[in-house]
Amino acid sequence: MNLQFVVDGLLAGSMIGLGAIGVTLTYSILRFSNFAHGDFMAWGAYATLAVVGAVGAMFGKIAPIAPLSFGWPLIAAVVIGMAITGLLALLLDMVLFARLRAKGQAIIVVMASFGASMALRSLLEFIFTSRPTYFSRAIQIAMPVGFGIRITPDQIALLLLTAVLVLGVHLLMTRTQTGRSMQALSQNAALARIVGIDVAKVVRVTWIVGGALACVAGVMIGILIQIRPFMGFDMLLPMFAAAILGGIGSVPGAVLGGLIIGMAEAGAVQLIGAEWRAAVSFIILMTVLFVRPIGLFGVRER
Amino acid sequence: MSQTVLDVRDLEAGYEPGVPIVRGASITVDKGEIVVVLGPNGAGKSTLIKAIAGLVPITGGRVLLDGKDITAAPAHTMVRLGLAFVPQTENIFPLMSVEDNLKVACGILKPRETPARIEEMYAAFPDLARQRKTAAGNLSGGQRQMLAVARALIVHPKVLVLDEPSAGLSPKFVSMVFEMLAGIRKSGVTILLVEQNAKAALAIGDRAYVLVEGKDRHEGVASELWNDPVVAELYLGQRRLDHERDRHSRKGGAA
Repeated sequence: MNLQFVVDGLLAGSMIGLGAIGVTLTYSILRFSNFAHGDFMAWGAYATLAVVGAVGAMFGKIAPIAPLSFGWPLIAAVVIGMAITGLLALLLDMVLFARLRAKGQAIIVVMASFGASMALRSLLEFIFTSRPTYFSRAIQIAMPVGFGIRITPDQIALLLLTAVLVLGVHLLMTRTQTGRSMQALSQNAALARIVGIDVAKVVRVTWIVGGALACVAGVMIGILIQIRPFMGFDMLLPMFAAAILGGIGSVPGAVLGGLIIGMAEAGAVQLIGAEWRAAVSFIILMTVLFVRPIGLFGVRER
Repeated sequence: MSQTVLDVRDLEAGYEPGVPIVRGASITVDKGEIVVVLGPNGAGKSTLIKAIAGLVPITGGRVLLDGKDITAAPAHTMVRLGLAFVPQTENIFPLMSVEDNLKVACGILKPRETPARIEEMYAAFPDLARQRKTAAGNLSGGQRQMLAVARALIVHPKVLVLDEPSAGLSPKFVSMVFEMLAGIRKSGVTILLVEQNAKAALAIGDRAYVLVEGKDRHEGVASELWNDPVVAELYLGQRRLDHERDRHSRKGGAA
């Protein structure tokens, strides 16, 4: 067996994990499964692509930072893309989810998120066509790192970026007043208001954080694989599996869940064939729901 | 002349439009007082206090805090306005540590004041200081109540409002909670509480109101109210009837 699946799994796990953070936060704080979350990834990737194009048009061609396949324009574009995706999530909440939430039926909000997912995806197909596109067509040479494993500079950079972002979100959740407010809101919304937490503000932060991380995950997929309107929707099942595996509401759980699913998928591709890849997250999801429905880091409701 | 902190006038409130549960209740709380609201089950005591705290829609009347109109202000602005509320149940965040439960309530304090204020709370509630890293859900019933009260006090409220602080506690903890409230009043905090446990509440209270069918029907000095014939009829009589009925139904069940 070739150990290359470790690197592939870590990368897939990073993308799934970054997306799953958003899923788990929306689920625990707003109490609904947002099926449009995958499409935030695609929107993030396309928004970043558009900004890269705009930067290219304004400043001409800027050489990539060796040995990476991308340069400063992409890095700056990701930051702008994160803001755009965060605002997109916020806007969607304002025009759609918040109004339905006020009516108080979670299932309606979930169905609305399905509709939003389709609308967002179709809009991307309309604007950018459904033909796959790329941030860069340059081919990177993977370096051997021993044990038969090869890794490209891009992959190393993106794994490091994921680690930094996850640590950042974890610190936000545990060390800041905003993070404590988010925890409080997920545990008892009525009490959160009583102790002076502005629920609307915390909800806004939740959408912005979730949207921004989805954008990064989308750009990662764009750099390592390709950009297409369905790229995020295809991540939906693994993301939900990761969030549930990790325990709803837990940021470290979502990331660990993502890594486990990513590894399992990559391992399955090698062991039993690529056509089983999608089945893996489904099987893991089912197993968790049967064996430990609260997930790895979940806590039983009291 | 004592200064009125909380002034509730002809309050009407209820969960559904057209179905008021509180029907014109008026109460006042003076600075440094403990005021108790008593009443039979279903009199609207909890609804009254929740309406004051901004948790139940108000359809009529006014709530003034230090002369400022806070009627139906959004619940999350109440601590900033000076009113801290302790709900009857689920009044802590069970998965957060004791310390985080206190910290999360410090949103309106200046960040650099927060650590010192938390230490003050630990000094006042040594039980909490010993368990600062414990998940609040693992505390005993009495300690949970203590944490909920500490969390409300941490923002220097003008008035502390409690919904049945003794509900669901074992007798040992009930006396502990009332001793704690008496101690808090000594430190100068104004308190309004709703209670089922009339005897214990009247023992620490200064004045009390009896609420019946959503209206304040009687007011008096707490220590005298227990023996007041009107109260006996309005409230305690009701309880005596309840007792009789309970005994009766139990007998009936046995037969």
